[in-house]
Amino acid sequence: MRYLPKSDSERRQILDTIGVSSAEDLFAHLPEETRLRRPLALPPGKSEYEIVDYFRARAAESANGYASFLGAGVYNHYRPVLVDTVISRGEFLTSYTPYQAEISQGTLTSIFEFQTMICQLTGMDVANASMYDGSTAVPEAAMMAMRVTGRDHVAVARAVHPEYREVLATYLQHQQARIAEFEYDRNTGGIDFASLEAAIGPRTAAVIVQSPNFFGIVEDVKRAAGIAHAAGALLIVVFTEAVSLGILEPPRDADIVAGELQSFAISPSYGGPFAGIIATKEKYMRQIPGRLVGETKDIHGNRAFCLTLATREQHIRREKATSNICTNQALIALMATVFMTVYGRAGLRELAEQNLAKAHYLAGKLPLRFQGPFFNEFAVSANGRTPEGINQQLLEGRIVGGLPLDRYYPELAGCMLFCATEMNRRDDMDTVAGVFAAEEAYAR
Amino acid sequence: MIDKVRQHPTQNEPLLFEQSSPGKRGYQLPELDVPPVDAREALGAANVRDDIEGFPEVSEVEAIRHFTRLSTWNYAIDLGLYPLGSCTMKYNPRVNEAVARTEGLAWAHPYQPEALSQGAMEIIAALEAGLAEVTGMDAVTLQPAAGAHGELTGILLIRALLASRGNPRKRILIPDSAHGTNPATAAMAGYEVVHAPSNDRGMLDLARLADLVDDETAAVMITNPNTLGVFEEQITGIASLLHSKGALVYMDGANMNALMGIARPGDFGIDVMHLNLHKTFSTPHGGGGPGCGAVAVKSHLEPFLPTPRLRRDGGAWTWHYDRPQSIGRVRAFYGNFGVIVRALAYVMAHGGEGLRNVTLDAVANANYIRKRIEAYFDIAYPAPSMHECVFSDDRQAKHSVHTGDIAKRLIDYGFHPYTVSFPLIVHGSMMIEPTETESKQELDLFADALIAIAQEAEQDPDLVRGAPHTTRTARVDEVTAARKPIVRWQPKQ
Amino acid sequence: MYPEQYRYTKEHEWVNAEGGVGTIGITFHAQKELGDIVYVDLPKPGTAVEKGKTFGSVESVKAVSDIYAPVSGEVLEINTALANAPEKLNADPHGEAWLVKIKLSSPDELKELLSAEDYQKYTGE
Repeated sequence: MRYLPKSDSERRQILDTIGVSSAEDLFAHLPEETRLRRPLALPPGKSEYEIVDYFRARAAESANGYASFLGAGVYNHYRPVLVDTVISRGEFLTSYTPYQAEISQGTLTSIFEFQTMICQLTGMDVANASMYDGSTAVPEAAMMAMRVTGRDHVAVARAVHPEYREVLATYLQHQQARIAEFEYDRNTGGIDFASLEAAIGPRTAAVIVQSPNFFGIVEDVKRAAGIAHAAGALLIVVFTEAVSLGILEPPRDADIVAGELQSFAISPSYGGPFAGIIATKEKYMRQIPGRLVGETKDIHGNRAFCLTLATREQHIRREKATSNICTNQALIALMATVFMTVYGRAGLRELAEQNLAKAHYLAGKLPLRFQGPFFNEFAVSANGRTPEGINQQLLEGRIVGGLPLDRYYPELAGCMLFCATEMNRRDDMDTVAGVFAAEEAYAR
Repeated sequence: MIDKVRQHPTQNEPLLFEQSSPGKRGYQLPELDVPPVDAREALGAANVRDDIEGFPEVSEVEAIRHFTRLSTWNYAIDLGLYPLGSCTMKYNPRVNEAVARTEGLAWAHPYQPEALSQGAMEIIAALEAGLAEVTGMDAVTLQPAAGAHGELTGILLIRALLASRGNPRKRILIPDSAHGTNPATAAMAGYEVVHAPSNDRGMLDLARLADLVDDETAAVMITNPNTLGVFEEQITGIASLLHSKGALVYMDGANMNALMGIARPGDFGIDVMHLNLHKTFSTPHGGGGPGCGAVAVKSHLEPFLPTPRLRRDGGAWTWHYDRPQSIGRVRAFYGNFGVIVRALAYVMAHGGEGLRNVTLDAVANANYIRKRIEAYFDIAYPAPSMHECVFSDDRQAKHSVHTGDIAKRLIDYGFHPYTVSFPLIVHGSMMIEPTETESKQELDLFADALIAIAQEAEQDPDLVRGAPHTTRTARVDEVTAARKPIVRWQPKQ
Repeated sequence: MYPEQYRYTKEHEWVNAEGGVGTIGITFHAQKELGDIVYVDLPKPGTAVEKGKTFGSVESVKAVSDIYAPVSGEVLEINTALANAPEKLNADPHGEAWLVKIKLSSPDELKELLSAEDYQKYTGE
């Protein structure tokens, strides 16, 4: 087998050195009742070519060559070629977690740069070296807020990604914590501030909002911060579309930022692997979960990097750990680091401006559901027809349309969520507009 | 003696921010085919940022040189053996990387119509079935993102099952040799941790366990083989004991590399377990992730698995959401699909016989190392080793040379250190797992290096204690890094 | 090495009682076992501490050690100098690097603690 680098004679030498006649003897001490005495029922091992063919065939059954207007937490953005060039280097791809600083300075240095860029983007002081994804970063941020404040309630906006809220509920169900949801304004699509005020109380540890929110609306983070802080709660701001930070004022009034970096050259890949981040203010540094890389000196006085504040982590604190993350998303974070490097200070801004232009062009031709300001996503009404009907017609033109919203928001039945990025072409957007216009004529 | 010292092309590569200059760029976007939009008008002036201060500005050339130079400062499997215990640092097959990048898979959106996602769903279903067969379990979820995430999922499953029977119970038993994520997970799931002691053979003490199990015990979390690389010989007795009290058995499957085709956890009493696809199933560690913490269960836990689950409906795959007993989601979407693709490619390359051969070679390699060095180092427990062996530094400690020093000196010989100071039950432990993808030449180089260091420990202990001597950086000051943490670059004031 | 007037616990804490106030710290032995100390986690003034229960922790790079209260009472003052200079705990654990001062609620508890001589014997140093 091509991954087992031994000849039969070498195996023989190894077994002779050990002092057994066959490898089977090495398992003789296992109790008989634990032994499997038949072959594993799996198809025989395949050649490289058969494996490639198998996955090519599976991929052919997918939405190849379709234009897509889906967002809703996973975004289509160009992936600079340099990203795969860098992360495919064996020294990055096949290296271990950088516990041994002397032989991991490549990984550690790039993580330090990553942490810095996330701080610059989000307006925070400290960022960790990645969480599994945005959806799990949210409960981790909530638990952090509960530790800091000593409180046990959490208020979360309904306009936070529905699947993120589900994950929050799963994590918090055994932390003696209560979750209250507050509404979005049916007109603007942003926070309903009266509902927010009603949802918080003296036991609220954190208020969680997403901006841009699930409907693509940019939230008034400053106002939410004022309300949260007045109640002694922390403000957690979530983002799912990282490119928005190229143009949007970062949530400087947040205490904790929890987000998803998939937009930064991470393939949509049917939902994962992605990379989440948690960033926070300096004073909460010791409460942040996940790995942290710190700058220090070596014995010769040269700058070097190492993992630091490890005592927060599970392998030291064990049952008293502040979170149990071990393996995180280092390689994925490296993709984001290369992306941020390639685009840089001006490029990320220009990319965001292009997204804004594309989305506003399309939105200008469709019946918008909400009036609030939006970045590259927006909800539209199907006006008489059904989202499914519209999407069916679009599919015939090899276009994947927006996400029908009734799946998560029954009160928004008949609405769908469209996203347009730098990858969407004007003629496809005109086709979408055409389908909506035709259906208006139909409805009349 | 020192065969593998590498010369680094640039010792002083600066950070990106230190090479930036306004106007340097590494990108070019296409011309807009729609009218530009005034951001302040569209978003409101207060919502528009002025600048991303400090963000890098470098060209494509500088970017590629920067990251290439950084990469040369890393050790990696592609360069040589990693003897890290319970990490299973095996070769990461490159065909796995290629197939994960197949366009229709890499660009699949989780919300695209199911009719256009059948290929992706088929891949998930195929890996679930393959892992169920390898582990002897009835159902598998691929939703968790890593081992610790899988552990949390598994314990939440146990809690849900016990709650459905009337009492979720209060305590979980965990061996003192367990990986730190085990007790951290139990605490996060709302359970009290009770430590289960090991006996003098390094295995769980069944008699002492019997004293600790009661009606408020929800489960025991075991690793088999355990973190000493030793098979828990009383596992079926342990499982019977827990089951007789209405409790369950969770297995940390990090060491599955020792069992494939030889023994199946589902056959020796395990109710629920996780697998680390980035260990046994070869998906790359990438400097610390991504992984996938697949969770495999017996049928009595299946109704509680995270939602959604794949189901056949009229000849097609569909995601099934209506699962009232499910613990809910443990993450958005379906799982680390890109990792799932790589793991499936690995299983396909091997087949059943191939996976069994992987285990045979893994266990043989570990025993070969053990045999070659046992005259020089004290074995922690005399029980037979499976895929990893654990020594202690007692002999070397007499010369004031400790496991951490020996580990650092290994770097001078061109290897990554073994796992230092874990498991906690072995004083001065040296935990070694070579994996099956190492040639006899590499194993011999490694054993020779350890033997040479053992001799140095007696004859020239300062040489060992001062190691490494040949790396770009040495003895990084972790104390100051913890006392005065600097976790981001700042421009000079 | 171990001040005569202090009292000690088997968990390696010391307490120096004077006029109803107990100054608490960790012993020389404790800081030696821990190695270079990087961080100290202390309760806020006003917190109640209970004999035998943990009230804070001391961290080295690779380990965390809980600190157990040798006697019960209420925290009056904490040693804020340790926040920026935890290394003082290695340098002067019995003097400059005291951890907390508490108002003693049950001074009788002092009788149950070890004398300097007994503690020295206990550590085998």
